Amino acid sequence: MLSKTPSKQSSGERSSMFLKLAALGTLLFLHIPLWLIFIYSFTTDESAYTFPPPGLTLKWIPQAIANPAMQDALFLTLRVAFLATAAALILGTLAASAVYRYDFFGKESISFMLVLPLALPGIVTGIAMRSAISLMKIPFSFWTIVIGHATFCVVVVYNNVLARFRRTAGSQVEASMDLGANSFQTFWHIVLPNIGTALLAGAILAFSLSFDEVIVTTFTAGNQQTLPIWIFSQMLKPRNRPITNVTAMLVVLLTALPILFAQQLTAHSSDSDK
Amino acid sequence: MSDNTAIEFRDVSRVFSVKHENQSGEVRAVDNVSLQIKDGEFFSLLGPSGSGKTTSLRMIAGFDRPTSGQILLYGQNVSSLPPYARDVNTVFQDYALFPHMTVGENVAYGLMIKKVARAEREKRMDEMLDLVQLPGFAGRKPLQLSGGQRQRVALARALINHPKVLLLDEPLGALDLKLRQQMQVELKSIQQRVGITFIFVTHDQEEALTMSDRIAVFNQGKIEQVGTPAEIYEHPQTPFVAGFVGVSNLVTGPVAKRITNSDRTFSIRPEKIHLAASSAEIDGDMYAADGRVRDVIYLGLYTRYLVELDGGGDLVVVEQNLKTTSMDVMKVKSQNVRLFWKKEHARYVGG
Amino acid sequence: MLNRLSTFLYLRPKLVLALLLLPPLIWFLVVYIGSLFTMLVNSFFYLDGFTGQVVREFTLKTYAKLLIPANVQIFARTTSMAVAVTLMSIVLAFPLAYYMARFASARMKTFLYLAVTLPLWSSYVVRVYSWKLILAQEGIISWFARLVHLDGLLNWYLSLPVVGGPSLSVSATGIFLVFVYIWLPYMIIPIQTALERVPKSLIEASSDLGATPVQTFRTVILPLAFPGVIAGSIFTFSLTLGDFIVPSLFGNSSFYIGKAVLTYQGTSGNIPLAAAFTMGPIIIMSIYLLVARKLGAFDAL
Repeated sequence: MLSKTPSKQSSGERSSMFLKLAALGTLLFLHIPLWLIFIYSFTTDESAYTFPPPGLTLKWIPQAIANPAMQDALFLTLRVAFLATAAALILGTLAASAVYRYDFFGKESISFMLVLPLALPGIVTGIAMRSAISLMKIPFSFWTIVIGHATFCVVVVYNNVLARFRRTAGSQVEASMDLGANSFQTFWHIVLPNIGTALLAGAILAFSLSFDEVIVTTFTAGNQQTLPIWIFSQMLKPRNRPITNVTAMLVVLLTALPILFAQQLTAHSSDSDK
Repeated sequence: MSDNTAIEFRDVSRVFSVKHENQSGEVRAVDNVSLQIKDGEFFSLLGPSGSGKTTSLRMIAGFDRPTSGQILLYGQNVSSLPPYARDVNTVFQDYALFPHMTVGENVAYGLMIKKVARAEREKRMDEMLDLVQLPGFAGRKPLQLSGGQRQRVALARALINHPKVLLLDEPLGALDLKLRQQMQVELKSIQQRVGITFIFVTHDQEEALTMSDRIAVFNQGKIEQVGTPAEIYEHPQTPFVAGFVGVSNLVTGPVAKRITNSDRTFSIRPEKIHLAASSAEIDGDMYAADGRVRDVIYLGLYTRYLVELDGGGDLVVVEQNLKTTSMDVMKVKSQNVRLFWKKEHARYVGG
Repeated sequence: MLNRLSTFLYLRPKLVLALLLLPPLIWFLVVYIGSLFTMLVNSFFYLDGFTGQVVREFTLKTYAKLLIPANVQIFARTTSMAVAVTLMSIVLAFPLAYYMARFASARMKTFLYLAVTLPLWSSYVVRVYSWKLILAQEGIISWFARLVHLDGLLNWYLSLPVVGGPSLSVSATGIFLVFVYIWLPYMIIPIQTALERVPKSLIEASSDLGATPVQTFRTVILPLAFPGVIAGSIFTFSLTLGDFIVPSLFGNSSFYIGKAVLTYQGTSGNIPLAAAFTMGPIIIMSIYLLVARKLGAFDAL
């Protein structure tokens, strides 16, 4: 037993060194491309993707922000994301409450059905909605985009709220009613404060899902261009590379920062529960 | 029904339908129970888990409703009233304190819901915190408190509305032994001070015996016996009560017949049995049985003997260590002995 | 008033359940399940070649079209790409997941978890876009190859059939790299979750019984991580099957399932054929999921 220990330890450490390098490699592979987006936003090269950049400049940033096509796409995307998130908040919270509070036939399939639009390839949801919309002869519009987005956003709100319900002691609701509060007072004073951060985190995730979505949107949009679709079209036929570079950087910042915040929200409340 | 009945159960049943894998069925959690609890009583619902005691408590609180039968609170049928319309408050097993509120806000919650003015609310909240010996804790958060302190907050919160009945659902279960014993005394004294009916659910027979005015022993959804602690302990009416409350020897069939000349089942408490030399003379008002000591366990305060009867079966005997030491008691092992006890201590139990 | 309403509802739990459940249920049944159903229905219609109109009659003509060699090739190409991407993702994900689950301190783990999920949540199109920059002829990879004098090797690689092409950006290798990059986090998280559940005592028990670290890894850790690998592969496989953005922007003009669906419904208005094509990934994924469930992969999700 004792004699074997040294050899065991040394081989353990050797594999750990290799492991560290491999893990670091994967991590860099995941992150270097995002850093490049930032570098290219400042390149002076307007017509190619030359690396290293021939020179650096700040001039594209105001130009990109002032670009009307980009602005239109951005505002459309924000409006879609806002409405889709609102719908997802209501539908997701209702579904989570029903699943948490009651037993009913088919309860196990609810989660499965809600996660389907996100789990199946986007193209399935996309073409399915496209065929329904065309079969019903509904005109493609802003609203068809919103309906599509809300559908795949419900599950993130649902999951967040249901997880919070399950961590919150059920006896709190009973205690509140026991002390004289009716269902509505209990919801306002006890349930809402308990699930508040879960709702916020779910809303942020839903918002950024919607903000980024391109595949389903391609099928449910008419001639509307959301920001991701605008970037996609710029990649297909590059007309204005510097503007696209800067927009890409702004999108990374706009989505990454709220997500970090949402992670913090859910992490903190799980700490305080323990 | 008399004026001083606080809670009355009239043929109350609660049936749950259960779906398990591919078979479905019914569980009669509470099975046709009738019961009267008097005003001002400290009343315990005692039983093992799944015996229906907690379901009964939840039906009094209004979290659950009877499938059939009625529950009356001071003569009023409350069977289908929601919890917030009943003049009853509960101390929960896990305390159920609201983590996002301070201790003070927790305690004053009931008054806030009733829209009592702030000054009045704070005055009564302070009184309650004094009553449970937590003055000055109003500003803290529940998470900063110890288990015993949370327990007191839960108690203060449930008492602030001056309910007609206070329900306590195994409130001491999570506390360690010392704290539990201290809280038992304190709960009892608080009950005497506020003078309202306490209904206390527990699976701990010692706790029930210590604190209660009366006890209802639950088993499989039915009440086996209702009585004072002394009645329950000294006169168990069923084999279940004899076995569940304290330790009992149950003697049945031919063994019983050899001792009492009757094959009726009887129970005998270990501490009522005396241990004597096998040649000892026994008075006529005693029952006697001969056997061999199979095992001796020295427990400091007392010693427990396991005696194998000559006619078959075992009896547990407990004797206080008044004069003996561990050396002495161990000598008895494997010896033949004669056991005897007063005839009146043998309790005939049904079944 | 509210009190009376509350009591009314309290005594009718079934009504409350209906009020809670019906809005999301109706939404999903109508908008989503309904859509999937119309897609199925559409796949049994066909496009009249002369009029360019969809004929709403039950037919298997459209499905028959899937079996022409060109379309079979699309399925084969997409599926092999999905397999390659999945395998590469496993190779890249495992060390990081293993490190996260077994060696990282609590703080380090939180940091790594964020580092892995952040790309997942940041914009999909932008992450694809970054590879436009990387794979470009004048981009960072060519620059790096010249820097270390391996540009000869790069050119030789690009001259190979199947994987090569005029530049990385327009080669199958380009598509492959972008897919691996995009879906890799979906592989790391389930593997890490599965490894996390391997109790330390089990590993210690194995080495205590005289197993070398390699043996322990092969006989204890790998089998226990397997459900995580399967769970991750469901994502990488399914997402690769259905994507059309990456094949539209990279590679030569060969079709993948997603791109074919987009093209059929978009330029030629042939929704029936697009719907039938989409049934392909659905059927492939259903088989995959059935097998995965048999292998116990859903416990790691």
